[in-house]
Amino acid sequence: MTIEQLDIRDHMAQFAPFDTLPDELLDRVAEQVDVRYFQAGTDLLVKDQPIHELWYLRSGAVEMFKRSGGLFNRLSEGDIFGYSDLLRNNRVRFPVRALEDSLVYFIPEALFQQLCDENDEFSDFVDTGGQRLKATVEEQHRGSDMLTTRVRKLIHRQPLLVEAGMPLQQAARQMREENTTCVLVLDAPEDDWEHSFSGRDNQSWRLAGILTDRDFCTRVLADGISPQAPVSEVMSRDPIAIQSDESVYEAMLCMLRNNVQHLPVLHRRHPIGVLNLPDIVRYETHSSLYLVNNIFHQTDVSQLAALSGEVRTSFARLVRDGANSEMTGQALATIGRSFARRLLELGEAELGPPPVPYCFMVLGSMARDEPTITADQDNALILDDRFDPERHDAYFKDLAAFVSDGLAACGYPYCKGDIMATNERWRQPLKVWKRYFGEWMDEPSPERLLHSSIFFDLASVHGEEEYVEQLQDLIAERAPQRPVFLAAMARNALGRTPPLGFFRTFVMERDGKHRQSINLKRRGTAPLVDLVRIHALACGSKAQNTFARLDDIARTRLLPEGVNERLRHAFELLSMVRIRHQAYDIERNEDTTDNSVVPERLSGRERRHLKDAFEVLSHAQKFLGFRYPMPSKGR
Amino acid sequence: MATRLFSRLSKQVPDWPTYLASRAKDAKDPRLERYYASGTPDPDTPIGEVPLVAMDLETTGLDASRHGIVSIGVVPFTLERIRLSEARYWVVAPRRPLSAESVTFHHITHSEVASAPDLDSVLDELLACMAGRLAVVHYRPIEREFLDAAIHERLDEHLLFPMIDTMSLEAVRHRRRHWLWLRRLMGRPPASIRLHESRQRYNLPAYTGHHALSDALATAELLQAQIARHYSWQTPVGTFWR
Repeated sequence: MTIEQLDIRDHMAQFAPFDTLPDELLDRVAEQVDVRYFQAGTDLLVKDQPIHELWYLRSGAVEMFKRSGGLFNRLSEGDIFGYSDLLRNNRVRFPVRALEDSLVYFIPEALFQQLCDENDEFSDFVDTGGQRLKATVEEQHRGSDMLTTRVRKLIHRQPLLVEAGMPLQQAARQMREENTTCVLVLDAPEDDWEHSFSGRDNQSWRLAGILTDRDFCTRVLADGISPQAPVSEVMSRDPIAIQSDESVYEAMLCMLRNNVQHLPVLHRRHPIGVLNLPDIVRYETHSSLYLVNNIFHQTDVSQLAALSGEVRTSFARLVRDGANSEMTGQALATIGRSFARRLLELGEAELGPPPVPYCFMVLGSMARDEPTITADQDNALILDDRFDPERHDAYFKDLAAFVSDGLAACGYPYCKGDIMATNERWRQPLKVWKRYFGEWMDEPSPERLLHSSIFFDLASVHGEEEYVEQLQDLIAERAPQRPVFLAAMARNALGRTPPLGFFRTFVMERDGKHRQSINLKRRGTAPLVDLVRIHALACGSKAQNTFARLDDIARTRLLPEGVNERLRHAFELLSMVRIRHQAYDIERNEDTTDNSVVPERLSGRERRHLKDAFEVLSHAQKFLGFRYPMPSKGR
Repeated sequence: MATRLFSRLSKQVPDWPTYLASRAKDAKDPRLERYYASGTPDPDTPIGEVPLVAMDLETTGLDASRHGIVSIGVVPFTLERIRLSEARYWVVAPRRPLSAESVTFHHITHSEVASAPDLDSVLDELLACMAGRLAVVHYRPIEREFLDAAIHERLDEHLLFPMIDTMSLEAVRHRRRHWLWLRRLMGRPPASIRLHESRQRYNLPAYTGHHALSDALATAELLQAQIARHYSWQTPVGTFWR
């Protein structure tokens, strides 16, 4: 029979798990299918009826119901069902009803068994069917060691510990004997017992500081300090430390973020070692490390701009090495903030010290540690309340322009919505910022919040970090008490919906009638971020990162059981597809890197997973509308 | 007798079981005899219990007296399942010349037809496939007239049997005025377009048309959809055949 004349084979070839079948197997399937039409509303499968075929939905849509009668799953073109019953006991567990007029292809049980036996991808698919989304996300994680390896694995020796009163020279000698590049300085615990631990001598100690070989050069020798002076005089006090069960990746980020080369590792409060940069580099050569280091060594804007190409390549390498979205986002955020910070340092060097203290903050994706390679600059200046526009604004206007132009030169395009410190409105003293946020929350309207919701993701990059913290405190305190504000935010968040219909039209697009792509940011990650932000605001979370916000939300009863996990997986998947496609563009030297995915580039599997993720988002959006209704005016 | 019966077809439904029984007795060709002997179900049989076979012919034109058959697709089915594994498809050489026009229409080339067998040599297989099954076509006159003419030309006997026409089921339902308008036209517009349009009404997917096998499959699906929407599996089969 000339089966190739029928569209059956070509249709199945587009959808998982058939998309991975070799041609010969696919032919065999296409030749053996039976067909039947079901009108909308009719039952396809009734609970407990015998089943001896795999069902493939050629067109239409069906709904699968749980024992309780609730909706278990909604399937559409290219989806298969019945396989779990075939693998189990040939009895239908979940009844299926046609939601739309549907055409079904049936694959006989014997052939289904053959496919499972002969094709690993096929059997993996049917084995993990229910857990599809979760399985892929976890698969991606397994690929990255940095995230799962704990810091303690990199610690091979005890730290050198000295008392605060030890003379510098003696400490230096001990460092020579131990062949180490730093010492940890211990002191008697102060009144707070939180930071103390008992040493081997059974005495209580606390980690008071750290002294590195570089400090001997830059602080002791350079300043002519006596070798007999106590180490406490030149040590870095209250050093940044990390817990021994944190990931190597976290340690790396911690060092990058704080621009330190040595990181004490603690088991509870007890120092068990010191991690230094070469340790990590040895563990995993990681280009973004060098890049950040490089950023801080550049002395003018043109040198910085020359590094921007490396951002793209290190991003692509990170993705290829199997980094997840969190790692990628944090690396890009660290890089982006480092550019801003270095530019501010250079700006200050050129314009002189600031007339009043300030804090330079980033907003949006950069603040959430979730930028992708296409992120533009969203920033603002919070100035000290002593700020006097007449006398001081010229300086900050110039500084803002210097940074903004510099960032643009380094590959961070100007913000189209003019949310930049160069805009006078976003270059204001702290009290004005407090008024802004107060107004947004006390007298909100969806229109008013439409463009300002970006301000609810905020992080300090340089200067007085405390200003941003004050704003974060204000938000966390007030937002949960403002139902109208939450409702207005929720209304805006529902404006962008996931492209659920996209997958049905996909086949039509293949015919070449029109080419279309999905914007994974606009239709996927952005609405999900919006949605999570609202729940986070409602529960008074101060977290900025979407995963961290989900952690905070998980501690409340805001979301029904299981939803938090699903949102997490959906966000990871949407982010990763987006990130991988950007990396793909970069590796192929394509000029345009954007957030769109062309259907041809998606494997059938990716399409299926995306669809799952979009569905999670869609359900969560519906819930959002119910959870944060606009209170009626009378109340 | 056959011609007399045929001329009355449009006005009333012939007594198909009687006609087939009598032809089983007087058919000269053993292949036709066997086919007729397989008979037809009782008109009161519920449609849901009747074995069916969707059939589509591609022809060199629209006039059975001047044009010939180039391909035949048959798909056995019931309302429960369309059995693609039992579907058959033949390219056959018409005894009348193939025009360039019809080539573009069917994608069947001169060389394909040149190497194809005569209908006579595939008749046994074709009739075996149809025996005991009620034929389902989209636009009955083409299949009925072309098949009858081709067999008459070769065997000097008629081949007539009951058919369910999905197009007239559709016309009765949706397009009576359209239907009259269509009949005023001389020939018929390309069949696949009407098949396609009818299918759209039931949300059936679009297939590549003008292929006897895919049109036969499309017709089988359409009948399932029509019965599901407008009739029931209990409706007597005699209601449908002509």
